[in-house]
Amino acid sequence: MNAASRIAADHAGRAVNRQLAGRRNRSLAATIFLLYLLLSTAIGLIALAVLLVTILQDGLPYLDVMLFENAPSANPDRAGARPAIIASVLVAVVLLATALPIAIGTAVYLEEFAPRDSRIIRLIELNIQNLAAVPSIIFGILGLAFLVRGLDLGPVLLAGALILGLQMLPTVIIAAREALRAVPDTVRQGGMALGATRWQVVWREVLPAAIPGIATGSILGMSRAIGETAPLLMVGAATFVSFNPGLLTQYTVLPILIYQWIKLPQDAFQGLAAAAIIVLLVILVTMNGFAIWLRNRYERKW
Amino acid sequence: MQATHPSSAPGGRPRLAATSRRLGERAIIGTLALAAGISVLVTVGIVIALLVPSIEFFAEISPAEFFGTATWAPLFEPPAFGVIPLIVGTLSTTLWACLICLPLGLGTAIYLSEYARPRVRQTVKPILEVLAGIPTVVLGYFALTVLTPTLRTLGWEVEIFNAFSAGVIIGVLLLPTVASLSEDAMTAVPRSLREGSFGLGANRFQVSTRVVVPAAISGIIASFVLAVSRAIGETTIVLLAAGQLARTSFWPGDSVMTMTAFIAGTGSGDVPTGSIEYKTIFAVGLTLFVITLILNIISIRLVRRFREVYE
Repeated sequence: MNAASRIAADHAGRAVNRQLAGRRNRSLAATIFLLYLLLSTAIGLIALAVLLVTILQDGLPYLDVMLFENAPSANPDRAGARPAIIASVLVAVVLLATALPIAIGTAVYLEEFAPRDSRIIRLIELNIQNLAAVPSIIFGILGLAFLVRGLDLGPVLLAGALILGLQMLPTVIIAAREALRAVPDTVRQGGMALGATRWQVVWREVLPAAIPGIATGSILGMSRAIGETAPLLMVGAATFVSFNPGLLTQYTVLPILIYQWIKLPQDAFQGLAAAAIIVLLVILVTMNGFAIWLRNRYERKW
Repeated sequence: MQATHPSSAPGGRPRLAATSRRLGERAIIGTLALAAGISVLVTVGIVIALLVPSIEFFAEISPAEFFGTATWAPLFEPPAFGVIPLIVGTLSTTLWACLICLPLGLGTAIYLSEYARPRVRQTVKPILEVLAGIPTVVLGYFALTVLTPTLRTLGWEVEIFNAFSAGVIIGVLLLPTVASLSEDAMTAVPRSLREGSFGLGANRFQVSTRVVVPAAISGIIASFVLAVSRAIGETTIVLLAAGQLARTSFWPGDSVMTMTAFIAGTGSGDVPTGSIEYKTIFAVGLTLFVITLILNIISIRLVRRFREVYE
């Protein structure tokens, strides 16, 4: 049975189940239970709606050209977020160039080449699963100990971006493995039967087929990293930066700037924080929207 | 790598292995294996980064003082290194987070898996994904500038920074995680179990509570454990909304300092490398890492168990 017909059968089954269930003993407990379920689901949705409406209300009056053109300032009338926006873009570029290839390479190795029943491989898999749930602040400690103080790199953009990259690895690896696993074995066997080597099969058949899934996972992982605050506090992205940052200069990124503005006492900075949040959310929503579009447009059903 | 040695064909059988060595291909696969090794290096790096300064720390401050006393003031004179207030602060915010995200996440999961029509499900799930993707600094802003003032307007005299607001918002953050992982576990329960139960005359409520939830219980608990681990490790929200005051208080309206808030607060200042204040960051970090590691491994094991049963 292929996937489509299985889903169809599942829907049909559910519909029948619904009809049957509707007629039978509807007890008070069942009604209360249903109310609990509806309430649970509604609360998540309402929370999101209230959150977005509040941010828009607080931030829209402060959302102007200055926010994109000016540097942070002690004077809320002149304060902007330009260096932070530039730094966030630079961080994204570093993630693309470092963490993404490593994560995809790891996924390809584990899915396509690694011996299935090796203990070492199992350990690597367990390790990745655990890394995915290690608190982000711990990655900050790693960066503080090795990059900022150990290598004496100092609180520079590259150190922050590398730490975000390491933190992003497990998310992207897990997503990329799922995408590779979804490519059916017949594709691989077909390639091998025509005399291709394993790498040729992977490079010319499997990877192209898995790219939409890998891209979706990568974009989601990157959007997480770009919205991340805590580990960057540890690696020194805590200073007001008035110049355009480079890889080896001090820096502040959008979430850090927002964090600092929230902590300032003047109301105007709260408004600026909300405005910067709108900018951040627009960037993230655009990235996620693009990821979802990729998934829907290019994902193949086998 | 693979057992494809060209020369190992015994007893005159035809050699099926590759005829050339393909050094380029081997190099590529070797590089990929190296990439896979990096994730292991990250863990090793974390362990070294935490252990070395922690050992030095515990050479100066006895573990008995660290884990057994209840005054935390490492930056004061005289300093005090009792981690209990930080642990209580963490438990306090985690408790409120769990009271929100566990029941509501499970309720959402049951609704989406057992009750909702496909179209409702297809609409609600992406919206919850959006909620899960909101940066924590945004949620911290919400806790501090919306939730806390609202609580005060309602007549509850909470402090500006308080464990309750931070915890509730962490709960909102984790609700989609619990919902999504629990729903995965319930979707993995074979339909035949439900049909058998419906066939015996059970209604949807009975099928959900007596068949599906028990059958998916290890996956559900795994999602709960992961949520607890995430709540303990959450940093930005507690920094913004729960404050930086280390005290042993379980009262939800009080300002508390969590382990993560201490690490981030002290790590972002400029404490001199090698000082005892600097090493406290790592001692607290190690404590946090061990707690979350145990929870993560429990969660991973539980997920494996339900996978083994149904897949």
